[in-house]
Amino acid sequence: MSDMVCDNCGSTDAVVHLTQIVDNQMSTHRLCEKCAAEKGLEAAPEPVNFPLTDFLAQMGSDSTPGSDEPQSGCPFCGLTFADFRDTGRLGCPQCYETFSTQLQRLLRRVHGGTQHVGKIYLPPDPSASDLERRLDGLRRKLNRAVEAEDFERAAELRDEIRSLEPA
Amino acid sequence: MADFTSIPDHGLSWLEASGDHADIVLSTRVRLARNLQGHAFGPRARVNDREAVLKQFRQSTEKAASLRGGTLIDLPEVAVRTRRILLERRLVTRDLLGDDESGPPQGTAVHLSGLEALSVMVNEEDHLRVQSLLSGLRIEEAWRLVDRLDEELGRELPYAYHHEFGFLTSCPTNVGSGMRASVFMHLPGLVLTKEIGKVLQGLGQVGLTFRGLYGEGSEVVGNFFQVSNQTTLGKTEEDLVDHLDKVVRQVIQYELQARQVLLRDARGVTEDKIWRAYGLLRYARSLSFEELMNLLSGVRLGLSLKLLPGLRVYTLNKMMIFTQPAHLEEAAGHDLTPTESDAHRAAFVRRILAAEGEVSPDDAASAEGESSDGLEPR
Repeated sequence: MSDMVCDNCGSTDAVVHLTQIVDNQMSTHRLCEKCAAEKGLEAAPEPVNFPLTDFLAQMGSDSTPGSDEPQSGCPFCGLTFADFRDTGRLGCPQCYETFSTQLQRLLRRVHGGTQHVGKIYLPPDPSASDLERRLDGLRRKLNRAVEAEDFERAAELRDEIRSLEPA
Repeated sequence: MADFTSIPDHGLSWLEASGDHADIVLSTRVRLARNLQGHAFGPRARVNDREAVLKQFRQSTEKAASLRGGTLIDLPEVAVRTRRILLERRLVTRDLLGDDESGPPQGTAVHLSGLEALSVMVNEEDHLRVQSLLSGLRIEEAWRLVDRLDEELGRELPYAYHHEFGFLTSCPTNVGSGMRASVFMHLPGLVLTKEIGKVLQGLGQVGLTFRGLYGEGSEVVGNFFQVSNQTTLGKTEEDLVDHLDKVVRQVIQYELQARQVLLRDARGVTEDKIWRAYGLLRYARSLSFEELMNLLSGVRLGLSLKLLPGLRVYTLNKMMIFTQPAHLEEAAGHDLTPTESDAHRAAFVRRILAAEGEVSPDDAASAEGESSDGLEPR
C-alpha cells in the first residue's frame, strides 16, 4: 500500500483509485490526496483501520529507552518490545504476561478497557474460580435465551449449568 | 485437487440470497480468533508449531459435532488454482495462502463443514479462525452457530486464555472476545446521493469500521462495503452482535431513503444508468472484473427498485463469484491471460443473462420456470 505511485505527480503516497468509464473505455488512475483534490475529487473516506502503529510509535517516543520499556524479550518466544512495535503482532500467549504493563496501556486506548467480559473459557483442568466465572457467563446466556424465547437453546444451557454446578 | 463436490453447497450457501434484506445485505460473517497454549502465534510459529497445532485441531474435529461430514483441506497439498478458488469464495484469506512464490507454509489448512456454513482456518495469523458465513442479514444466527462450534472445539483444545485479557490473539486489536462480526452491504443509493461519507464516518463514532470486498486494506468495488465491529475487548459477544445488528438496520433505512430520493429527483437518470448497465452486461464482449462489479451494482439496484423485472438476486450473487479469474480458468480447463479472462467473463455473463430470459419493463416477466442457470461448478 505504501509505495503506490501517484499517476499525476509521481509521489509515492497515492491513496485514491479513480476508475473512469468514458466512451466505454475504462481507465484506472492512482492519485495522491493533493492531486485528487485538485481534480475536484472528494477522496472516498479511507477505511478507518486501527491506528495501531501510530499508538505503538507514540509509545516508543514518550518513553526514553530504558525507562519503562522492557529490555529483555519474551522468555517463551524471544519477541522483544521493539519487534512488537515494528509489526503490531505479539509472538505467543506468554507475551501478554511479559509485556502486560505496556499492553494494558495500549488496550485501554484501543478498546477503552482491559477486562474481558465476554465468553468464559473453561480450561481442561478448571479451578473453583474458573468454574464460578464460567457459570456466571452461562447464566447470563440463559437469561438472554429465555428473553428471546429460544427455549431449545435455553434447555441446552440449563443442562450445561447443571453439569458444572457443584453437587 | 480438493473435491468441492463433497461439500453439499460447494461452500457457497451464503450466495443463496435468503435471509433478511438479501438484496442489500449479501452475507453475514462472524469469526472468532483462537490460539492454543504452548505455541508461538502464526507470524512467529515454526514448522513444528504449525504441525502440532494442525494435529491437535485434526483430532478435535472428530469430536466436534458441528464439523461432522466436513473436509479438511491441507493447503500446501492442493493445486494453486484450487487455493485461488477458495480465496474467491471467501473461505480462506490471502494471508493464509502465503506469498505467490512459496505458497502456503506447511501446516496451513482450512476445514469446511458439511452441514452448516462453518469453516475453520488453521495456522493463519492466529492458530484458528473459526467462522460462519450466512446469506443475508443474520448476525445473531451466525454468532450462535460459531459459538456452538467454538464450545465444541474448546472442550478438546487448550485455548490460550487470560483471566483479564480473555482469548489471546496475535494482534492485540482482536484480543478479548476474538470476535469480528461483519456484514457485506450494497449501498449504491448512499454513494449516488453522496451521503455515504457521512454514514461511514458515523460508523467510526459508534465503534464500527468498514472495509472493501476482500477484507482489510482492500478496495471498495461496486459499492460493496463490509461493516464490522472495531473493538473486541470489554463487551460481551451478545452486546457486540446486538449493536452491529441495530446499526446495520439503521444503515439499511438510510440506503432505502436514499433510493427513494433517487427515484423522486432523478428517476430518468437512474433508470438510464440501470438499463445501460444491463445492456453492457448483456452484450459486451470483454469485461474486467472491476467493470463487471460496477455494472452488477447498477443491475442490483434496478432489481431492488423493481425496475428490472425477472432477474434474481441469486443470479447476481453467483455472477460475482464465478466471474473471478480462478473460477473462469476452472471452467475453461486451462490458464487464461488477462485479455482472455475478460473475454471469458463477458461470455459467461451473456450466457447467464440469456438463460434468465428477456428482461423488459413492458414484460413483467416472472421468475417462473427457473431453468438451470448453468452456474454449477464443473
